[in-house]
Amino acid sequence: MAIDTSKVATSNSSAATPAKPGRAGAVATWADERLGLAGMAKKNLRKVFPDHWSFMLGEIALWSFVVLLLSGVFLTLWFTPSMSEIHYEGSYDQMRGIAMSEAMASTLGISFDVRGGLLMRQMHHWAAMLFIASMMIHLLRVFFTGAHRKPRELNWVIGSLLLLLGTLEGFTGYSLPDDLLSGTGVRAADGFMKSIPVVGSYMSFFLFGGEFPGDSIIPRLYIIHVLLIPGLLLALIAAHMLLLVYHKHTQWPGPGRTEENVVGFPMLPVYAAKAGGFFFIVFGVTALMGGLMQINPIWLYGPYDPSKVTAGSQPDWYMGWPDGALRIMPGWETHLFGNFTIAWNVFLPIIVLPGLMFTILMLLPFLEAWITGDKREHHLLQRPRNAPTRTALMVALMTFYGLLWMAGGNDIIAIKLNSSINTITYMLRFLVFVGPIIAFVITRRWCISLQRHDNEKLLHGYETGIIMRSPEGGYSEKHLPINPSAAYVLSARERDEVYTVEQETDENGIPAPASRAKALRAKLSTLWFADNVQAPTAAEIEAAHHHADHEHELQAALDGHAADGHQFDGHHSVEGDPLRGSDQH
Amino acid sequence: MSGHSDNLPVADDGNPGLPEHTWRPTDVDPKAEKRAERQVAALFGLSAVCAVLFVVAYFSLQVGDNHDTVLGLGASNVALGSALGGALLFIGIGIIQWARKLMADHEISELRHPAASSDEDRAATVAALQAGLEESGIGRRPLVRNSMLGAIGLLGAPVVVLLRDLGPTNAQVADAATGQGLEHTVWKQGVRIVRDVVGTPIRPSDIEIGDLFNAEPATIFETDEDGEPLIEGVPLQVAKSKGAVVLIRMDPADNTPGRGRKNWSVDGILCYSKICTHVGCPISLNERKTHHLLCPCHQSTFDLADAGRVIFGPAARALPQLPIAVDSEGYLVAQSDFTEPVGPSYWERDY
Amino acid sequence: MRLLNRSAGRLSRHRRSRLAGLVLLLIGLLTTGGITYAVMPSSSAGDAQSNAVQVEEGRKLFLQGCSFCHGQNGEGITTINGDNYGPSLVGVGAAAVHFQVETGRMPLVQPGVQGQAKPETYSAEEVEQLAAYVASLGPGPARPDEAEWTTAGLTEEEREAAISRGGQIFLTNCTACHNFNGKGGAMPQGGYAPDLSNTEAVHIYEAMLTGPGQMDSFSNGNLSPEEKRDVIAYLYSLRDQPAYGGFSLGGLGPVSEGMFAWLLGIGGLVGFAVWIAAHTTRTKKKKVEA
Repeated sequence: MAIDTSKVATSNSSAATPAKPGRAGAVATWADERLGLAGMAKKNLRKVFPDHWSFMLGEIALWSFVVLLLSGVFLTLWFTPSMSEIHYEGSYDQMRGIAMSEAMASTLGISFDVRGGLLMRQMHHWAAMLFIASMMIHLLRVFFTGAHRKPRELNWVIGSLLLLLGTLEGFTGYSLPDDLLSGTGVRAADGFMKSIPVVGSYMSFFLFGGEFPGDSIIPRLYIIHVLLIPGLLLALIAAHMLLLVYHKHTQWPGPGRTEENVVGFPMLPVYAAKAGGFFFIVFGVTALMGGLMQINPIWLYGPYDPSKVTAGSQPDWYMGWPDGALRIMPGWETHLFGNFTIAWNVFLPIIVLPGLMFTILMLLPFLEAWITGDKREHHLLQRPRNAPTRTALMVALMTFYGLLWMAGGNDIIAIKLNSSINTITYMLRFLVFVGPIIAFVITRRWCISLQRHDNEKLLHGYETGIIMRSPEGGYSEKHLPINPSAAYVLSARERDEVYTVEQETDENGIPAPASRAKALRAKLSTLWFADNVQAPTAAEIEAAHHHADHEHELQAALDGHAADGHQFDGHHSVEGDPLRGSDQH
Repeated sequence: MSGHSDNLPVADDGNPGLPEHTWRPTDVDPKAEKRAERQVAALFGLSAVCAVLFVVAYFSLQVGDNHDTVLGLGASNVALGSALGGALLFIGIGIIQWARKLMADHEISELRHPAASSDEDRAATVAALQAGLEESGIGRRPLVRNSMLGAIGLLGAPVVVLLRDLGPTNAQVADAATGQGLEHTVWKQGVRIVRDVVGTPIRPSDIEIGDLFNAEPATIFETDEDGEPLIEGVPLQVAKSKGAVVLIRMDPADNTPGRGRKNWSVDGILCYSKICTHVGCPISLNERKTHHLLCPCHQSTFDLADAGRVIFGPAARALPQLPIAVDSEGYLVAQSDFTEPVGPSYWERDY
Repeated sequence: MRLLNRSAGRLSRHRRSRLAGLVLLLIGLLTTGGITYAVMPSSSAGDAQSNAVQVEEGRKLFLQGCSFCHGQNGEGITTINGDNYGPSLVGVGAAAVHFQVETGRMPLVQPGVQGQAKPETYSAEEVEQLAAYVASLGPGPARPDEAEWTTAGLTEEEREAAISRGGQIFLTNCTACHNFNGKGGAMPQGGYAPDLSNTEAVHIYEAMLTGPGQMDSFSNGNLSPEEKRDVIAYLYSLRDQPAYGGFSLGGLGPVSEGMFAWLLGIGGLVGFAVWIAAHTTRTKKKKVEA
């Protein structure tokens, strides 16, 4: 679609005209003759991206990853990934003369003897937290709006892998300074590994290069942190972005927006500017956080010493939920044949549970597609309320996560709320099972009521707040129809189709028994859509409006003029507006 | 793709189409346009000022020995962070403002294509694939195919084997004499219990009821005649990570010694491993009156007056107790090593 | 006070201003009951006559305010279940009385709860009398003298060494409950280890010596007086230390950091995203062709 550039602010109308051949043109020609860029660029330079704030959450993750790369490279210039013991002689007085690993000493050096070093360390740490947090809210946005459906299931899987790798990357980075807090974390990780049946102690000895703590873990974590995982992250991010470009972004339904098109701003200039500007904003916010908010003050923790510990020993927030599961797990242990030990109290919450949760996460789109039997491509987003079971499912998972998260901070909650960690722990043992169920039911019913409310608005209009009195003395609130584009947004959603088992008959006309899986699928599909409210059909809307118009006519006849209530509801002036179809905003 | 359009109740006939474009003040009012232009330029200017401030702060504010402070905060970090943050944020806000106010904001529409390839493309791909496979003869020569797959599969072996030397196994390092391996610690008969950090031996009379000592085996503080430590580096860390203990003294009447542990204490002085049996955090959060020891990592709580029994939290096993006695010079010593492995459970743990 | 304070991070210059040390000392003297020493030097001089008077005055106060829980003669009261209603005070010493009463922990608001620091109930003189009385019940730790915790007599180097040694002792013995920053932590059954950020040196010393409430004692056989002094010196050095990396967010570690990452970081960035994608003002005017 061509733009009438004559009507654009003059300052950028020249930008839209083709560049005159000049030096830049010569460079472009040189490059194109060798790389053939024009073919690809012509398609993508004006590629359309829809504009909505919730589409920028993944961008926060992308840009904080860039901040991580930049600040991380800076840190590697000074950091020494070695566990050789030295006596600290830097400028932080309280630690002077104390024996510590070179890793810790060099981290103190970055913090106190390199100008801007502490800033970079803190920015790196804050950016890591933002990276994982933004991946999570991006994931929630995608799921709640149904953007994980065909054809985007694989991108969902890639995104889940990114979240998993990001978490591991965070944990390895958190462990590198070899301070008391992270060292305690590494020791706990050693305990986690040892709990794995059969191979546990081997894994621990191989990872640590012998018995804990050894002198290999920091260099090994370092290379995993700066090379292995970032490499994987980069590759997966590239794949994630390529698929995004290939599928084109999803969009909200609205006037002119269909399953067959994508409406928004072109890549060049608007989207490039918005995305580029957002990069600077993410970078800037990270810098402000790094400058003003202290994070991971390793000089207070001191060097790792296997005989020391501090109250409030917590991992970073993204490791908080398995840590919480560990805290509320009862102390179960089995001795097999009197010769072997299975530490369920560690193995289940920290090894099995996270693995299970990530598996469930990655399977969600396939599970939903299987249950609903939906094989169509979807490019228009759904409002969370229009998929009540899906929304409720994610809210239940979030509740589970959140309760475990709380359990991970039970000691801090206890001192801040003056309550007992024992009580909090017992309560959470109960709540992690009950909470998600309650959350599921409430969310589902809530969504259905919201659907009902939408239909209400669609059929009978919005509440004007005007109370009318009838000749009989009865009072009623006047409803007015909503404008057509809002009505379109509300009504433009698909009807739910429950999967049913087709009756298959054999050659003798006897119905074949449906396979069990199919029957289960049909049952689940029924449950999935049960009680959902469907958008009214065009005929229903027409009938409702007809009814409303009729009422208005009666009203007008009584009042002697065409009072439509718009005069009083304060939404706008009524001069020249038609009765219906006016813009209420 | 078109199969579901009839499923949209209002969509096809009711889609009102893209709304008409409306103009921004900056599009129609040259004054507003100029103002926005100045605004954006001013934002970029502010960013430049911040960048200069960053350089000034870098060179003027000291870190290290003469750390400058401002309002009780580290001045260098706060100034550099604020300046860098400002420099970046103002550029970002400027660009966004430019995009919002001055760049063309016509929404345009682009058609989607199904993710799947066309049928012709698929057919051509399948044909090409079949031709390739046919020419390779992989289907006709199972011997070649299977031997190749086998050979490639076996390449996994070098990969796995190469990782073997990442570390020795527990069985390889296990040595009761030096306290190596998961089953042993450096404690043995006659090893003195010394104060942590300072390494001085302890007499029973040093300990009052209600005291808690964070202690270590004397082994890790021992030096040779030149004053060089006997163990250092990795063996020292290993010894510390399993050997750390807490010594507490309680009224002997409070204590219920475990079976066979009647003579493991000295006048109400008990010695327990400091390493939590859950995942191995050191624990020393003791309640003096109840003799409950709490782990700060996951809140396992052990009753030291009852043989280290677990009374709360995720730990499954009691805290190992170290049998202690008094040596000829009147100092506290271990009677033996721990009678069970300290720290977290593992598969091969056979009791 | 200058806004920009050059060289505050350096330990050796924390006492850069002799005046600051003096002020600190003065505050300490005023609020720790040191004034009693100043007013009545004879009481600690061991004058038998005067001491007897002190004990007698203390006994009267004790009978009025403390005997309900601790018994008529400080022998303690045991409930039918065998629990301590109020523990015996025989042998707890003057240091325990001084700590408990001066920090406002005693008298308790109600029996059975953990003593909380609050404004003190008794005057310095009365505390002195109570302490004298309880000390007379049985031998126990006496009140520490300021000389035992001050690092004033040490050289710069000795003081630095004392502080870093104190840090190690603190991290070994204290952080498990009181947290790496001395900010306190949770204990079983609703108990807690208090925040040490504003606790005075004498009270830190007395707490280590006597083990108030559920806290373990760190008698002189456990941590020598020099080691206690070093711990106090380390804690004070943390107070003087600037927050190098910016606001410390409560000094509680990763939990509060995570909260700020979500609320300020993600909250702020989502705010920016909303602004970036928001529709700009529109006008009904049509563009005038130039």
